[in-house]
Amino acid sequence: MTSASEEVAAGGAPLLRFHEVSKIYGEGEARVHALRDVSFEVHKGEFVVIMGSSGSGKSTAMNVLGCLDVPSSGQYLIEGVAANELSANVLAKLRNIRFGFVFQGFNLLPRTSALDNAQLPLIYAGMRASERAIRAKKALAEVGLAGREGSMPNQLSGGQQQRVAIARALVNSPEVLLADEPTGNLDTKTSHEIMHLLTDLNHTLGLTIVMVTHEPDVAKYGSRLITFRDGRIESDRQQVPL
Amino acid sequence: MNVSTTLSLAGSALVRNTLRSLLTTLGVVIGVGAVVIMHAMGQGATELVTGEIQNLGSNMLVIIPGGDSRAAFGSALLSAPLFRHADLEAIRRECDAVRYVSASNSLMVRAVAGEKNRLTTLFGTTPEHYATRDFHAALGRLLNEEDERQAAKVCLIGETVRRELFGAGNPLGAELRLSHLTCKVVGALVSKGVSTFGTDQDDLVFMPSTTFARRLLGDDRLGMIMISAVSEARTDEAREQVTSLLRQRRRIRQGDDDNFAVRDLREVQALLGKVTGVLTSLLAGVAAISLVVGGIGIMNIMLVSVTERTREIGLRLAVGARPRDILQQFLIESVLLSSVGGLIGLVFGISGAYLVSRGMHIPYSVSPEACTVAFSFAVLVGVLFGVVPARKASKLHPIAALRYE
Ligand SMILES: Nc1ncnc2c1ncn2[C@@H]1O[C@H](COP(=O)(O)OP(=O)(O)OP(=O)(O)O)[C@@H](O)[C@H]1O
Ligand SMILES: [Mg+2]
Repeated sequence: MTSASEEVAAGGAPLLRFHEVSKIYGEGEARVHALRDVSFEVHKGEFVVIMGSSGSGKSTAMNVLGCLDVPSSGQYLIEGVAANELSANVLAKLRNIRFGFVFQGFNLLPRTSALDNAQLPLIYAGMRASERAIRAKKALAEVGLAGREGSMPNQLSGGQQQRVAIARALVNSPEVLLADEPTGNLDTKTSHEIMHLLTDLNHTLGLTIVMVTHEPDVAKYGSRLITFRDGRIESDRQQVPL
Repeated sequence: MNVSTTLSLAGSALVRNTLRSLLTTLGVVIGVGAVVIMHAMGQGATELVTGEIQNLGSNMLVIIPGGDSRAAFGSALLSAPLFRHADLEAIRRECDAVRYVSASNSLMVRAVAGEKNRLTTLFGTTPEHYATRDFHAALGRLLNEEDERQAAKVCLIGETVRRELFGAGNPLGAELRLSHLTCKVVGALVSKGVSTFGTDQDDLVFMPSTTFARRLLGDDRLGMIMISAVSEARTDEAREQVTSLLRQRRRIRQGDDDNFAVRDLREVQALLGKVTGVLTSLLAGVAAISLVVGGIGIMNIMLVSVTERTREIGLRLAVGARPRDILQQFLIESVLLSSVGGLIGLVFGISGAYLVSRGMHIPYSVSPEACTVAFSFAVLVGVLFGVVPARKASKLHPIAALRYE
C-alpha cells in the first residue's frame, strides 16, 4: 500500500480514488450504512457507469466524489490528495472548475430563467456577465434547449429541466462530469442524444465521466460498469462502449 | 464573484419580495427620517434664535414690572406698579452704562383706513426703540423726538398692516383711525418676517409713547422699558445700575424683593438652547431606538430568508460558491435593504423637515452632514444586523442544505 504523497511524487496517482470509504447516516437504532468500505479508482478519461438497486449507496458515493459530502471513515483522494485536508475555499474551487455535477433531483433555482440557472457556476468563476451569457447559451444549445433560455423551471417539462441541469454541469468545461441519473426523466430518443453528447465530450476532450443510471440501455455507453449492492461494490468490470 | 453580480443578485432577491422588503425597512425609514427632521428642527430653531438675538443686539436688557418668578408670578405682576415716563428720564440721566432707553406699551386695536380695517397691535414707543429693535423705514420716516415731545398724532405701520389696508397704494399721509384716535401715517417699516414663536413681526403699528399714554390711555404709565448697554461687556453693569436706581425710585427697602425684573437676551437664548438640547437628545434617542428596532427587523427577515433559501445556498455551494461568496451575498442583501430604507428615510426626513419649517415658521435647514450621518448609520445597521444571518448562511453544509425541506 503506497501512500498518497508517494503516488503524487511518482506522478501515477489516479484522478479519483476511494480508499475504504464508509458512510453512516443517523445514530443508534436508525443507523444506516450507506457505504461500507468502498474502494475504487477512476482514471482520467474513463467513462464509468454505476448501477445498483435503489438505496444501494450510489448517490452517497457521488456526493463524496463531488466533494459535497465527506466519508464517515476511509479516505477520498483527488490526484492523490486527501479531500479532507483541503480547505473550504479549495473545495469550492474544485467543485466550480474541475467538477460538473448533475443532481438526481435537478436542483434548479426556482423563479430563475434557464439561462441564469445554466450560468450559475460561471458567476463563481468570476466571469463577466456578457461572456457568461454566451457560454450558458452554448451549453443550453448543446443539450437541445436553444430558444428556451428565458423559460423559468416551472415552465419547463421534467426532461427539459434535467437538460438545464446537464447544461449547468457542463457550462464551465469541467474535467470530471458526475451525473446522478442524468437521463432519468428523458424519453429514449432524448436520452440517446444526451448520451451521444457525453460520449463525444469523453472522446474529443477527454472528459472523465462518472454516471449513475438505472437503464441498461444507457449503461452501455460507458467503458466500465460498477454495480453497487447494500453499500458495497458487487462488481467492477470494463466493457466495450456502444 | 464580482460586486456588480452580487448587487444584482441581492437586488433581484429583494424585488422578488417587494412588500416584505419595504415593510422590513420601515424601522430604518423612521429612524433616518427622525434624525433628519430632528436635526433640521434643532438647526432651524438655533439659527432663528441666534438671528433674532443678532437683530436685537446681545447687549439689550428688558425691564418688566413684577418680581422674579420666585414670587407667585401672577399676583406679583398684577400688584407691581408699572413704570412712568419719569423713570425713563432718570435712567437716561443717571446710568452711564446705558446707551439707549426705550419704552414700549401695547394694546390690541382695530386700525381703520377708509373701507378696510384690521385688528393689530399698537405700540407706543420712544424713538430709541427703533434703534434697539433694529426697525428701519421702508417708506417715509421713523418717529422722532419732536413727535414724542408734542405727542403728535402720527403713526408708523408694519408691512402686514400696509399690505392689508393700503395694498399697492401709497400709505404716506393717509389717515388711520386707531381706537378713538385718528393719526397720520408718516412711514412704513421694512419687513422683519416671522419670529421664533411664530408671531408676525410686521403686524403692528407704532405711535409716540407720549401720544399713546396721554391721548389714547390718558395715563403715562409704561408696561416695559428696554435698555441697551453701551457695550456687551458692560451689560451686567447696566443691569446693576438700573436695578439699584429703580429700587430707589420705587422705594424698595433693603432686603425686600424687587417688584420688577431685568431680563437679558442671553438668558432667553440659554433657555432656548437648553430646550432645543433636551429635544434633540430625546429625538436622537427615538431615532437610535428605531434604528435598532429596524436593524432587528432586518436581521429577522434575513434569517427567514436564509432558511427559505437553504436549498439555493446548498446549490450555490455545490457549483463552487465559497463560504465567503455566500456571506457577501447575504450581507449585501441586508445592507441593500437598510440602504433603501435609509434613502426612503432621507426622502421622508427632508420633505418632513420642509413641512415642519413651513408649519412652525422656522428656517428650513437640512444639512448634508446630518443626511450623510443618518444614511451611514442606516448602512451600518445593515452591516451589523446582517452579519449573523449571513454567517449562518455561509456555514451551511452543501448536501445538508440541498436536502433541506
Ligand atoms: N441524509 C440521509 N440521512 C439518512 N439516511 C440517508 C441519507 N441519505 C441517504 N440515506 C440512506 O442511505 C442509503 C443510500 O442512499 P442513496 O441515496 O445513496 O441511494 P441510491 O443508491 O442513490 O438510491 P436511488 O437509486 O434510489 O437514488 C439509503 O438507505 C438512504 O435511506
Ligand atoms: Mg440516488
